[in-house]
Amino acid sequence: MSMVEFKQVSKHFGKTVVLKKVDLKIEKGEVVVLIGPSGSGKSTLLRCINALEMIDGGDLLVDGLSVLGKASMVREIRQEAGMVFQQFNLFPQMTALENVAFGPRQVRGLSKAESLRQAEELLGKVGLSERKDHYPLELSGGQQQRVAIARALAVKPKLMLFDEPTSALDPELRQEVLRVMQSLAEEGMTMIVVTHEIAFARKVGTRLIFMEHGHIAVDGPPTELLDNPTNPRLRDFLQHVE
Amino acid sequence: MEFEWSVIIESIPALMQGAKLTVLIALAGLVGGTLVGLLFGLMRAYGNLALSAIGLIYVGLVRGTPIVVQVMFIYFALPVLMNIRVDPMTAAVTSIVVNAGAYIAEIVRGAFLSVPKGLKEAGLALGLPTWRVLAFVIGPVAVRRMMPPLGNQFIVSLKDTSLFIVIGVGELTRQGQEIMAANFRAVEIWSAIAIIYLCLIGVLTLALRMIEKRMRIL
Repeated sequence: MSMVEFKQVSKHFGKTVVLKKVDLKIEKGEVVVLIGPSGSGKSTLLRCINALEMIDGGDLLVDGLSVLGKASMVREIRQEAGMVFQQFNLFPQMTALENVAFGPRQVRGLSKAESLRQAEELLGKVGLSERKDHYPLELSGGQQQRVAIARALAVKPKLMLFDEPTSALDPELRQEVLRVMQSLAEEGMTMIVVTHEIAFARKVGTRLIFMEHGHIAVDGPPTELLDNPTNPRLRDFLQHVE
Repeated sequence: MEFEWSVIIESIPALMQGAKLTVLIALAGLVGGTLVGLLFGLMRAYGNLALSAIGLIYVGLVRGTPIVVQVMFIYFALPVLMNIRVDPMTAAVTSIVVNAGAYIAEIVRGAFLSVPKGLKEAGLALGLPTWRVLAFVIGPVAVRRMMPPLGNQFIVSLKDTSLFIVIGVGELTRQGQEIMAANFRAVEIWSAIAIIYLCLIGVLTLALRMIEKRMRIL
């Protein structure tokens, strides 16, 4: 069974068609990098996986569960697919530690002590042990994003979704986030990453997907596609971002 | 004319009696009003068409009519319509609940809807049901944002209790009016009443400021 399976998935906002009958299978352990011009549907594709956007046609299975299922099935999908947002979206009333401990306590039934212990461990993993008692507003963008990654991991997902995780960051803060993502990939986490970081795609990605006008235009191994882009529009796109 | 301090001193016990009733009505009315406001505010913000329509009608009726008319309606018209007896105190508290509830509903709605959409998505993305996201993610941020306008409404409602002079509730303004009618010392009595209101609202303002300081507004 695939980790994620799109079957003829369509999505539109009003009259604008964002996804056109997309077929896509993503297997366990893949690190898929999604690139494409803005408006090509890559963020929407990602957000359909954990049902933050509802699909309008076809079916979408995550670890065998359909996003069209009951509310409880959708919640299960969301627990299996952790998400990291462009704007971090940390809970401002909670410290870094509380942000990370919150999810498992709410949805995995962990005790307070247990959730805090696990949160400390995860903050250590993203290199933020000494900042655990700071509130999001007291952290830099890069630190906030690393807390957000720890928060998503705390629910023990089988799959991680990254929606332009470094786009809101200054160049010097991007690396710390990308390093955390790379180590996650090296541990074998299945990841789907919408990004403009071509170097990350080359170094960490196992698969590159180029989207255009709501469909998948190119799909293949990153190094091959990036070194020798045969698709003229991918070539054009790469010239603009690199 | 001469300012007679003795008049004020003599009237203090009666005025304090009135002030006590004023505080009691305001307190009961505002506790009820906050609960009603929370319910209708959430109905307006997140309810389906029917629920939010009910909320809209309630807020529209209360905001569209003067509070004196509401008090008169609750005390004189409602008992006739529903064939029940309503004592002045009940009518007074109910009026504050109904009136403040509508304004607080708008405060609640505004505060919840002002919380960035991304926080709701982050909560949902962890796999929480919507009600938990509202209670534990959006709610705590919204409550902080509610405090300044809520404080404003508390002050307005406390002063609105003076309107119950028209239905014969012995609150502060009514007590003063009765003393004045007996001794005709308008300057002393109305000065004393004004100062008592100032003190009550001063205490309320201080309390609200302390609460706001303790919870950082996010």
